[in-house]
Amino acid sequence: MTEKDPLNVVVTGVGGQGNVLISQLIGKALVKKGYHVTIGETYGASQRGGAVMSHIRISRQEQYGPLIPEGQADVILGLEPVETMRVLAQFGHPGVIVIANSRPVYTMAVTTGAAEYPGTEEVARLLGELSSAAWVIDATDIALEMGASILTNIIMVGALVGSQALPLGPEELEAALRDSMPSDKLEMNLTAARRGLEEARTRAAVPS
Amino acid sequence: MSIATGKAGTSELYMGNEAIARGALEAGVGFAAAYPGTPSSEVIATLAEVAKEGEIYAEWSVNEKVAMEVAAAASFAGVRAIVAMKQNGINVASDFLMNLNLTGTRAGLVLAACDDPSALSSTNEQDSRPFAKWADLPLLEPGTFQEAKDMTRWAFEISEEIRNACMLRTVTRVSHARGDVELGELIPPSKEARFTATSPVDFTPYPVPFKHHQMIAKLEKARELFESSPFNRYVGPERPELLVVTSGACWLYSLEAVKALRAGDRVGILKLGTTWPLPEKFVQKHLARTERVLVVEEVAPFLEGNLKELVGGHLADAGQLTFYGKRSGHIPDSGELNPDLVAKALGSVLDLEVEGVSPEYVQKAQQLTGSHTHMRAIGFCAGCPHRASFWSIKNALKLDGRGGFVTGDIGCYTMALGPTGYFQVKTVQAMGSGVGLACGFGNLARTGFEQPVVSVCGDSTFFHAAIPALLNGIYNHSNFTLMILDNSATAMTGFQPHPGIGKTATGETTPAVDIEALCRAMGVRVEVTDPFDLEGTTEKLLELLRDDGGVRVLISKRTCGLVRARQGEPDYRVHIDPEKCRGDACGCARLCTRVFQCPGLIWDAETDRAKIDEVICSGCGVCADVCPAGAIINEAI
Repeated sequence: MTEKDPLNVVVTGVGGQGNVLISQLIGKALVKKGYHVTIGETYGASQRGGAVMSHIRISRQEQYGPLIPEGQADVILGLEPVETMRVLAQFGHPGVIVIANSRPVYTMAVTTGAAEYPGTEEVARLLGELSSAAWVIDATDIALEMGASILTNIIMVGALVGSQALPLGPEELEAALRDSMPSDKLEMNLTAARRGLEEARTRAAVPS
Repeated sequence: MSIATGKAGTSELYMGNEAIARGALEAGVGFAAAYPGTPSSEVIATLAEVAKEGEIYAEWSVNEKVAMEVAAAASFAGVRAIVAMKQNGINVASDFLMNLNLTGTRAGLVLAACDDPSALSSTNEQDSRPFAKWADLPLLEPGTFQEAKDMTRWAFEISEEIRNACMLRTVTRVSHARGDVELGELIPPSKEARFTATSPVDFTPYPVPFKHHQMIAKLEKARELFESSPFNRYVGPERPELLVVTSGACWLYSLEAVKALRAGDRVGILKLGTTWPLPEKFVQKHLARTERVLVVEEVAPFLEGNLKELVGGHLADAGQLTFYGKRSGHIPDSGELNPDLVAKALGSVLDLEVEGVSPEYVQKAQQLTGSHTHMRAIGFCAGCPHRASFWSIKNALKLDGRGGFVTGDIGCYTMALGPTGYFQVKTVQAMGSGVGLACGFGNLARTGFEQPVVSVCGDSTFFHAAIPALLNGIYNHSNFTLMILDNSATAMTGFQPHPGIGKTATGETTPAVDIEALCRAMGVRVEVTDPFDLEGTTEKLLELLRDDGGVRVLISKRTCGLVRARQGEPDYRVHIDPEKCRGDACGCARLCTRVFQCPGLIWDAETDRAKIDEVICSGCGVCADVCPAGAIINEAI
């Protein structure tokens, strides 16, 4: 497979879900492999419960700017279903690959009863229709099963590597985790990443 | 892994601010100071992390003016120093800066100014670049992460060469973006700090006209250095049909836009790294090779104005030259740019269209997702003490019944403009301004003003700029209640310590300034409350509101929810008693989810009951006191 250059990846979710950690893990691993990587992300006020995005641009040739043009995301990793849809509508195209967490974080409109949140099947159907391949992963449920919802993002980054949408293998992800995680948290995070990898490998993508 | 461990010659992924910090270390910086402010905070935070191993000094200063002053002292004593601040901070530091420029410097002094186009985390989108022109200081604008590092190192050299401070201006998309950076050698800082004045007026702006003249000569020297700078570059045909002149983050957007339009044979890009003073000969050479110029820049038409000024000064040499940019409406007059906006501007000048995604896909995506993607407003986190404080403020003002209102300030609690703070905050301007405004409102009684005024400010803001305003209110018999929302952190910018915490930037223990004792020493009535005690806080505030005459202080003290979450276990396991919660049959009209609005508390439409989202709930237990039916149960852990 020839690599698309630049490869544009959006990681999206809600402030506090661990976007920045994911983009750093991927970015550092790819710089180590000799890629030029640029990441644009959301910080500060907009992180407080708001919609957040990291734009990751990966190139063998040159340094790209930190913002992906509209309709040019090649891969979308969504930590939250509605945020995944929001990014798809702005940055998606028929060839985009989507890996999304199934667990919602309700917007205030839903919490206050002013709007309804789409059901899991509806989410999967929409993501499938708007992409060339979509995986819906129950990452938060798996994380809770493992005892810590905070592992959701690591399970998702595992699933992203498992989808083979990035020029990054499982061993390289594990090496990146070894480089960045404190030793008492490493084993738990490695297990989470492997669970995510398995999910993407063993579950078929949603038909599109 | 810190920024001091990367080996020369290797490439690392750095945030723009980390790259600036690394550049400072590669220049042998010995002193670093800042007041935190998004998007600038990581410059000094990163240097503070490596201060011990690098044998440098780093501090969180009480505000930007003091930061600029302490850094200047280091420069005066022969130690290279860096000071960093966001755009608003430049205003605070400007009083000192407009005298420092006349005074001049000794060892290299770099001012990193980080702007926030689109005000992603700010109250304004002010452009810091005109400050460099105003203060007659050289200005550098890095466009990549590599340049952020290399230009910082160079800025120290320029500063020493001309003996004045050098300004390095970035934007959020450089400071808070990440990219690969090839590292250089680290240099240890000078160990020979000593203050020596060669004349009685050496370190003063006196005699002013003489120093003014000298300052302009220094700037001319910078211009000469800039003429041959490798950070000014041209890419494109020999005689471009259109010349894009750009700087900073907009450079990469411009490159991408030209590529997207496949216009590389028609358009040249002149990228300027040194934007004040302009390298005039270099710029004129390129202007002479075209007839049309598009200036691509964010916020203010700074480059555009300076280019026109340059052309105006050499009218005899200038041929036919048409400018496009903010003034012509081709570049938006506000907000940040991106590759799409630059491509649109280029397209309209060149009469070209960008090939985008098929309209069918765009339409289908809108159709399928539109009804689900309603706005996700920002708001207080689960467990945030501010939500509880504003709940009590709302209730106390209502009980008081005289139309009282809140003047706001800068921090997380600014979000009380919105629903999670019950729209209580009514004014927001600069750091400490809520207290200043309260001083004014509180002295309007003679002109018929009868409303109670509550000013809110955080602990870090209190130290930064609220103390003088509070003193002003006390001195001038103003009438208001200052509520200090003390969450023991500079939370919005990343939990940096401040004088009230007892820790310095480098983690050393220091005496914590007691806000309560400080206020008492000023002679005002001071009460302290725990915001999680909703009833007690409402009562205390109501009593203070009714204690008319003079300034009163209520300290609402509870550590930031995110800091508490990092420190350990939550206080409670919260759940809903499905028997007691009667859903829409209750008559409370969903007070908990519709009004109180904590993201950890959701409405389960299927069961028609409130529900705790165990992933988000922080276990603070405050909502239990909000439910009139007592259906929210706090189980002690």
